[in-house]
Formats: sequence, structure tokens, C-alpha cells
Amino acid sequence: MSIKAKEQEIIDEFAIYDDWMDKYEYIIELGKDLPLIQDDLKTEDRLIKGCQSRVWLNAETEDNKMNFTADSDAIITKGIIALLIRVVNDETPADVAKSDFAFIKEIGLQEHLSPTRSNGLVSMVKEMKLNALKAVK
Amino acid sequence: MNIQEIRSQFPILSEKIHGKPLVYFDNGATTQKPSSVIQRINDYYAKENANIHRGVHTLSQEATSAYENARTTIQQYLGAKESHEILFTKGTTDSINLVAFSFGELLTAEDEIIISAMEHHSNIVPWQMLCERKGCKLRIIPMNENGELALDQFETILSAKTKLVAVTHISNALGTVNDVKHIIDKAHKVGAKVLIDGAQSIQHIQVNVQELDCDFYAFSGHKLFGPTGIGVLYGKEEILNSMPPYQGGGDMIKEVTLEKTTYNELPHKFEAGTPNIAGGIGLGAAFEFLNSLDMEAVLQHEQELLDYATEALSKIEGIQFYGRAKNKTSVISFLIEGTHPYDVGTLLDKMGIAVRTGHHCTQPIMDQFCIPGTIRASFAFYNTKEEIDIFIKALERIIPMLKD
Repeated sequence: MSIKAKEQEIIDEFAIYDDWMDKYEYIIELGKDLPLIQDDLKTEDRLIKGCQSRVWLNAETEDNKMNFTADSDAIITKGIIALLIRVVNDETPADVAKSDFAFIKEIGLQEHLSPTRSNGLVSMVKEMKLNALKAVK
Repeated sequence: MNIQEIRSQFPILSEKIHGKPLVYFDNGATTQKPSSVIQRINDYYAKENANIHRGVHTLSQEATSAYENARTTIQQYLGAKESHEILFTKGTTDSINLVAFSFGELLTAEDEIIISAMEHHSNIVPWQMLCERKGCKLRIIPMNENGELALDQFETILSAKTKLVAVTHISNALGTVNDVKHIIDKAHKVGAKVLIDGAQSIQHIQVNVQELDCDFYAFSGHKLFGPTGIGVLYGKEEILNSMPPYQGGGDMIKEVTLEKTTYNELPHKFEAGTPNIAGGIGLGAAFEFLNSLDMEAVLQHEQELLDYATEALSKIEGIQFYGRAKNKTSVISFLIEGTHPYDVGTLLDKMGIAVRTGHHCTQPIMDQFCIPGTIRASFAFYNTKEEIDIFIKALERIIPMLKD
């Protein structure tokens, strides 16, 4: 499935929620399925410090497909990371580097990707793309 | 005190957030503005706008007198001896930087500055920068586990080398009210000057700078129902006169030649450039609003809110409070076991409730408690017990969502 198709799938999933609390219940659920970074990989250089919450990110490339694992101390942050990773995992570095994660705005979660939010997510997206650019063949 | 009548003077309090009535518990960060302040700023731009202190035309004279009247209103409210001891700044941070730069110019490498372990970054970083610039030493008054200053330790670090003590009147993160009168008296005995960070004080308690006998008192307008971008540095005339100017430019000069400039008198010496005229006038209106309140009743109402909320929150399983000083204002910093403040803050927002989460610009306090941050609810006199009930209900809904 392409990045765009996966994004559309997520937009459709969120369309059924019109109550904010239900939407967040779902995000919290998604956080539990996040492909977790191994504990021994939670090193200082993989840590993205935000003022509000912290994020760990690891990137690997195999057969020209990217595979991200991550974690966060905040569960809503974890849920949003799970969405981001779901979209880009198993895609080529070139496609990941191009991705703009526009679906996040579509489902009303753009506030979490605002630079003023200081939750580490903006830096994480930047880090994902940098990793993708490095892996582009 | 009629809370509903007071609330009706604050238009934003009738706003809805995500379809829910706004419950605003982030007053430590900034307070909301009464109609009188909003209207005053509007009137200034609509009817009086002109540059001040120089124009001979009518508008300039009216704007000048409105701005200078605001200074006098603030002087009287704070009990300062002279109106020129009230300097307009951008806010508390700007006021402290002014002192750190200008008073700091008088210091040498032999000198020491004392701050406390519960300071806001604004009352830490300017002194660290000064110490780097001048080679002086920064010493710290420690804080106990309840969030109270260890004043016995203060006396052991205070010496003839101490030139300045800079402490907060009330802690923004913990609500602790410090015994600043005691600190000032002790510091004066060794000849040190004292700066009080009053960012969290005037909106909660009556402050009289002559009774306190502080040498400097710094605060922001926006935390006491006034506009953003305006604040005050109170300084004793004699000390301000002994200090070199902070910034150069218009308004702060007496005579300029290309070789040499002589400086204007107080307060203009420290107010370079066209000031925040609307801000100053708006701040004057905020002080007039404060004048209309019964501060005793305000204090009592806020104490009731604090007690009511503390008791209700205590019943939540796994709650941990930070800051349990005997004398504290209406600030509650807490964490709930098994939840992250970011998650709690995000979900409260979706229910219309505004709180602050994070380290509150006081990382050393968080480090001492070994926590990344807290959830902080900070009340103003326009808050109600009903709002606290909504807050508690919201927490009861949120916590099970966040715990596995």
C-alpha cells in the first residue's frame, strides 16, 4: 500500500469519531501497538528532548525499505508516533523523504505537530526524514 | 465579593473551547483582561494615539499625561516614594535583565550574588550571564522538600561580599510565599541590595515597596490583568541614579553631540526609545481595576479555592503534590501516578480546561524533585468552586483512559 493510501485509510478510520474524547481513546489504543524501540537502543543520540515529552527513535533500512521503531514517555505522543510510523514503515527512503504527513492535519491533530507544542514530535519528523535522506540510494 | 459580577467584567470567561465553557486555570502563566483594560487600550488607539514626551501638539500632550498618570497610579498602588522610581519595561524578565546589566556594571570579580533554588529561569540566567561577564560568584539559597527556602542556610552564605540578593516573592511553580521581608532585612545588614521578583505577587497579595524596603521590585503587566509586553521595575531613586544606563537611544538623553552624550533624569534614563505607550496606559487601567477590588476578600476567596481544590484532588488515587509550603498562594502543582502531564493537559484542553504542564521555566526545581514537570492549576479571584468541580470530574474521566 502506498503512503497516500495508508494516509487515506487513517483518515477514514478517524472519520467515525466526532467526539474529541473518543478520538483520543483511539489514539491511546494505537499507542499500545507502536513498534517499540529496543531498550538497549534508547541511547542519548536516539533521544529527542521536548519540553513537554520525550521521544526515542531508531531507523533501519533493509532491501531499500525503511523500518522505524520508537517510544515516548507520554501515551498520546506514542499514539501519534504510531500513526506516523504506520504510514512510512516498509516504504522506500525516497518516498519517506518526500512525505509531508498531511493526513495529521486532516484528522485534526496538527496541534501536536506544532513547533510551539514542544513535545519532540516536530523534531522526530525531521529526524525521520533525515534518516530517509541518508538512506536514499 | 460578588464573583459572578466580577466574571462578567472579563469577556473571555464566557468563551467556549471545543464546545465546552472555558475553565481557565492557567493564571500563573497569564491572567485574563477586564473590559476596562481592553476598552482603555482601544480608546487610546482610537482617540489619543501620538508619540509622547516631545510633541507640542494636543494629542501628544494628552498621550503623555495618560502615560505619566499610569506611572503615578502604579507608584501609589505600590507605595513607592516617587513616581520616577517606577520604570516601564517589557516585563519581569526585562526588568531583571536591566538590573543585571546596569547594576551589574558596578560589580567586580570579588563580589557575590545570591539567588534561591526556586527561581524562575528569568531570575537565574541574567545572573549567570552577569557572573560570566564580571567573574563574580553566584550562590544559592537551598529549598526543602516542601518547597520552602532554607533561610538558616541563607545566613551562612550571606557576607560582606554579597552585593545583591535576588529572590522570588512567590514561586510560580509551587506557590510558596517567601518571607522576603526577613531576607531584605538580613541582606541590608551586610550592605547588600535586594531585588524581589514579584511576577506572581501583586495579583494575589498587597505589596508595599517602602514597607518591604526592597531595593528593586520587578513584575509583568500581563500577570495582573494588564496587557502583554509591559512591566515595571521599581528601584530606589538613589540606587537607580548610581547605575549607568541600560540601553541608549531616544528619550534617555539630555544632550547628544557626536563626541559625547549626557543622560536624562529618572525615569527616562532607563526608557530608551518610544515606549510601549498603549501598554503603559493599559497597565494603569489594570491597577485602577485592582484598586476597585477588596484585596482582603480576593485573598480569602483564593485561599478557599486552594483549600477546596487541594482537598478534592487529595482523593484522587496516586496523586502527588509538589509545593506544600505553609504559606502559599492559589497554585497547585501535581502529578498522578501512571500518567504523563502532557497527556493529562491535552485531554483537559479537549474538555475546555486550561492548565499548564511542563517544567514551568523552573528546571532546577524539577531536578530537585527528580521529575520532568508537573500539571499546574493556578487560580485567580474570578475562578469558582463550580469550575473546580468540573476540573475534578474531567480528571476522573481522563485518568482511567491513561492508565493501562
